[in-house]
Amino acid sequence: MADAALFEFLHTEMVAELWAHDPDPSPGGQKMSLSVLEGMGFRVGQALGERLPRETLAFREELDVLKFLCKDLWVAVFQKQMDSLRTNHQGTYVLQDNSFPLLVRMASGQQYLEEAPKFLAFTCGLLRGALSTLGIKSLVTASVAALPACKFQVVIQKS
Amino acid sequence: MAVPLPGDKTVVAQNYPLYIRSVPTESELKFHYMVHTSLDVVDEKISAMGKALVDQRELYLGLLYPTEDYKVYGYVTNSKVKFVMVVDSSNTALRDNEIRSMFRKLHNSYTDVMCNPFYNPGDRIQSRAFDSMVTSMMVQVC
Repeated sequence: MADAALFEFLHTEMVAELWAHDPDPSPGGQKMSLSVLEGMGFRVGQALGERLPRETLAFREELDVLKFLCKDLWVAVFQKQMDSLRTNHQGTYVLQDNSFPLLVRMASGQQYLEEAPKFLAFTCGLLRGALSTLGIKSLVTASVAALPACKFQVVIQKS
Repeated sequence: MAVPLPGDKTVVAQNYPLYIRSVPTESELKFHYMVHTSLDVVDEKISAMGKALVDQRELYLGLLYPTEDYKVYGYVTNSKVKFVMVVDSSNTALRDNEIRSMFRKLHNSYTDVMCNPFYNPGDRIQSRAFDSMVTSMMVQVC
């Protein structure tokens, strides 16, 4: 149980550190920090994508991979499953988490809505990294309507 | 007199080798060639598994094809990284579950390599820990 708290604290500090040294408060500077966070999440996701599916059977199709993300990856990192997965069957998936553990300690409602994206960048990278190890190129974005619920949108890039 | 049996382990991703090791070290080019041709067989097996409506999809592919001198075994991970093992045919002591356990050890070591922050995915594997694990496996076989 303490492991979850360790990751949450580390993540909070990572975000705080990147923002503390950011002298450029304009959108350009912020984008840099967001992409650094996303890059970190990407590398971690690549390693997790190799380690977690180890004993599971081979994935048969894209939807299986997404289901794996929603169940096994989310449980491994956040100790809970994703609340809902929707798809348009044309390469876009929306993963919804109604009480995202990294946001749940912040607020419940509309407060701190502008700050929320910083805390989602790492997780977006995590999803993108895990997908990339499993052979799927994608673009992951996150949106928050009301804390602590958030949605991750995964768009598969067909190359 | 005991003759050292040639063995060869390869890790392949996106169809270029990440790691090749063989004992004895001569005729390494021949092993390169064999591994490359066996990739076709691996791909064929993967696509065959995809089409057949089998619930169980194993990662271990089994004996890929026997040539007159060697037997080739394959294993593919969920991240589409292929492990190919070439063993001398005269070594009949190797049973199927031994091969499976060797592949499992390879997979575990490869996962450790992936989790190393100094390793960039797609590079050749230069980890000494991986090397020593492969050496110990080959010594055990040969």
